[in-house]
Amino acid sequence: MTGALLLAPVAGADLLSPESGGSPNADDIDTLYWIIFGVAVVVFVGVEGVLLYSVFKFKARKGAVPAQIRGNTRLEIGWTVGAAVILVILATVTFIKLDAIRNPPNSSASGLQLADTSRRLPPSGKSLNICVNGQQYIWRFTYQENCDPKSAKNLGAPFSYEEMVVPVGTTVTLDINAQDVAHSWWIPKLGGKFDAIPGYTNHTWFQVPTKFGDKPGGTVFFGQCAELCGRNHANMTARVRAVSVPEYQKWLALRKANIKAAEVQGAAQRKKLNDSNANSQPADSADPGQNPAQEDLSTPQP
Amino acid sequence: MAATVEAPTTTVEPIPQVAARKVDAPATGWTSWVTTTDHKRIGIMYLVLTFAFFILGGVEALLIRLQLAVPNNDLLTPQTYNELFTMHGTTMIFLFVVPVMAGFGNYFVPLMIGARDMAFPKLNALSFWLLAAGGLVFYASIFFSPPECGWTCYSPLSDTDYLPSGGVDAWIFLIHLTGLSSLVGAVNFYATIANMRAPGMGWGRLPLFVWAILTYAVLLILALPVIAAAVTLLLTDRHFGTHFYDASNGGSPLLWQHLFWFFGHPEVYIMVLPGFGIISEVLPVFSRKPIFGYKAIAAATLVIAFLGLLVWAHHMFSTPSPSLVLVFFMMSSFLIAVPTGVKIFNWIATLWRGTITYTTSLLFAVGFIGTFLIGGITGIFVAVFPVDWQLTDTYFVVAHFHYVLMGGAVFTIFSGLYYWFPKMTGRLLSEPLGKASFWLMLIGFHVTFLVQHSAGMEGMPRRVYEYSDVQDLAILNLISTIGAFILGFGILLTLINVLISVKKGAVAGPDPWKANTLEWFTQSPPPVNNFDSVPRIRSVEPMKDIRRQVIAQTGAPEPAYMTAMEAGRLAGDGH
Ligand code: HEM
Ligand SMILES: [Cu+2]
Ligand SMILES: [Cu+2]
Repeated sequence: MTGALLLAPVAGADLLSPESGGSPNADDIDTLYWIIFGVAVVVFVGVEGVLLYSVFKFKARKGAVPAQIRGNTRLEIGWTVGAAVILVILATVTFIKLDAIRNPPNSSASGLQLADTSRRLPPSGKSLNICVNGQQYIWRFTYQENCDPKSAKNLGAPFSYEEMVVPVGTTVTLDINAQDVAHSWWIPKLGGKFDAIPGYTNHTWFQVPTKFGDKPGGTVFFGQCAELCGRNHANMTARVRAVSVPEYQKWLALRKANIKAAEVQGAAQRKKLNDSNANSQPADSADPGQNPAQEDLSTPQP
Repeated sequence: MAATVEAPTTTVEPIPQVAARKVDAPATGWTSWVTTTDHKRIGIMYLVLTFAFFILGGVEALLIRLQLAVPNNDLLTPQTYNELFTMHGTTMIFLFVVPVMAGFGNYFVPLMIGARDMAFPKLNALSFWLLAAGGLVFYASIFFSPPECGWTCYSPLSDTDYLPSGGVDAWIFLIHLTGLSSLVGAVNFYATIANMRAPGMGWGRLPLFVWAILTYAVLLILALPVIAAAVTLLLTDRHFGTHFYDASNGGSPLLWQHLFWFFGHPEVYIMVLPGFGIISEVLPVFSRKPIFGYKAIAAATLVIAFLGLLVWAHHMFSTPSPSLVLVFFMMSSFLIAVPTGVKIFNWIATLWRGTITYTTSLLFAVGFIGTFLIGGITGIFVAVFPVDWQLTDTYFVVAHFHYVLMGGAVFTIFSGLYYWFPKMTGRLLSEPLGKASFWLMLIGFHVTFLVQHSAGMEGMPRRVYEYSDVQDLAILNLISTIGAFILGFGILLTLINVLISVKKGAVAGPDPWKANTLEWFTQSPPPVNNFDSVPRIRSVEPMKDIRRQVIAQTGAPEPAYMTAMEAGRLAGDGH
């Protein structure tokens, strides 16, 4: 029953392999997976086959005499070496694929052409960097090159919660960290997980193919936090919306303006609150960068 | 080879099932159990207690699966859900699989090596009571607030800032108490095996189960101090103002992960190696062949144990780590596949050209090989770290480790239970019930966990109390829940079988399977002193030697008693 389900043509490969299609590293992982899958099927069928064959074939019958074989050195060496050879092949394939999976390439010609080349990665720095910060239970994305919270460049950078907006065709590198407990960044179609751990910065990248930006509003990729981070872990979701380069630029500009306006408004409100409450109670410092509840979470539509 | 029928020996007469003299009847009443230092009674108490925990853990698992049966379910609150999987994982590992192996070890190691008891009988009782205390402390927390951080209890989530509840502290004490229990037990096993073997039982004639328990003991001795230290640091972080795991004060959450998995990975082998040992005893008996490649299997056990200490960071592939580190841990994990494969090949070669009797015990053994093989193969997928980046912390991994633990531990435990029950109680388990239990468990197990691989690859993370109705998650999870209930029903049948057979099962006699190792050279159940006299050991299969000798001396074509198999009592129709 389950076998039939797994092999159902509709679902097909989807049920048998990790998600991919949104980024070359996810695709490369998928390829690597299928190579291992091929080897695994051969090993599985071979070993399980011999097992079942011997269980059925050597059933005790009247007059059957069990062979009193205690071992066979040639055979032992044979299968030890055989197993080792398979693993050497798998390791080699992994090493061949590793570079393409691990290291970000430059943005494609149709991607966002960035002026800044100070980035460490990729080779000639043509990538857009986004800082990913895991918090119980929401992701915060800051669109800037330097993710050091102490850096002066950090102030006033555009940010968003839950939904990350990126231009297609552009290599997006991520600096991932966490503010409270450990979380894990994962958008299945865009590549693997990378843990967000307090005190550490983790890295990954993706590049959404240009075709995904054709639809107005772009294409949304969905993911969930993958490291237990507390009671609401199941609801810590993430979206990556890939849009065309002009759409991205428009979104970013609007976002900057909105944040600026919110800050101005917030400062005015604080002042008013301070003045009226001057004697009764100290005012909370409402820092828009820290508390998602006080921020405009909705991403303005371009 | 060997088997020198004509060599002069000190083998005793008369034939095993007849006690040489009247032995004292064992004391009865509950005080005699509570105060006992007899390894057999301690072994039985271990088995009863750990199976009770198995049932608790199983009920927790079924509740988990009920919650996940349909998308967006609100049967359980997120808090209860987190508590349940934490208790399920912790119970299964610390209160079931690890100590149940100590239970079998306690009962059978002295018998298999021809000893009268463990080296330190009182320490042996202590290790049982420490285990009971650990379980008690942990389960007491259900009356206030059980831990919610998973069986891995990662920092910083486990710090007081995020989980101030005493549940985490109860968990820490559980680790301390069961850890101490296992450590004391491990030292005892080591001392027993090293010093108390029957005359003639050199290392090369040690039964493979005893080899496995020896390795289990050594691994426990190496790995337990690390987790004891790790949870002690957590305790001081929580209550005494230290910051070992606190990044904002110069500590490191990754330190916890390293310490935890330095223990946690060997723990996997601590759980499965004794099971491998059981299989290596069961297969030759029911295929009537010597184990294939005794030395290779013993050596592979030791190699797996050694390599098992070098692979811990493959649980941490998605943490910030340099490629070189990832490559090292991938390669060391690959290396383990080689000795594991060697074992599997040897087991299959043991069946090859044998005459196989399909007892329940053998079915579980074969079910183990087939199931564990899948767990081993999916292990390769997660050892390749780029692929693991997609699979880790999803239901693929939940499926993978249940294949390893159900296959490698639960099936082997059940195989051992059906194999050794007659020795422990003097009665056979019912075979028809046993077979029904096996098939339900095998089918239920695969229905439950095979589909979870797909759920994980479709994006379902583990430890989530609900999921949305996207892709095929709804149907996959429903199938999985149905499977879990089939599996649970199968397990229930064996428990019923045990309860019925302990009083009403067919009388087993001393050696119902015509087995090869020394525990069958005494009555079932064995008298308090185990053996009146112990033969001189001349091979890995002392009972075969004894039977040959009996044939030579009595001229009878077969020993003068009938085995259960020959008497047709396996039909299970009572007496
Ligand atoms: C009786 C049938 C069993 C069923 C239906 C079952 C089901 C499950 C499920 C659904 C989870 C995932 C919970 C989640 O991630 O939200 C889980 C976790 C786990 N199970 Fe089982 N399980 C069973 C038996 C076992 C056994 C026999 C063992 C060990 C020997 C075991 C060890 C674990 C561990 C260590 C976890 C991880 C808990 C954690 O994430 O902290 N399970 N089980
Ligand atoms: Cu999270
Ligand atoms: Cu989470």
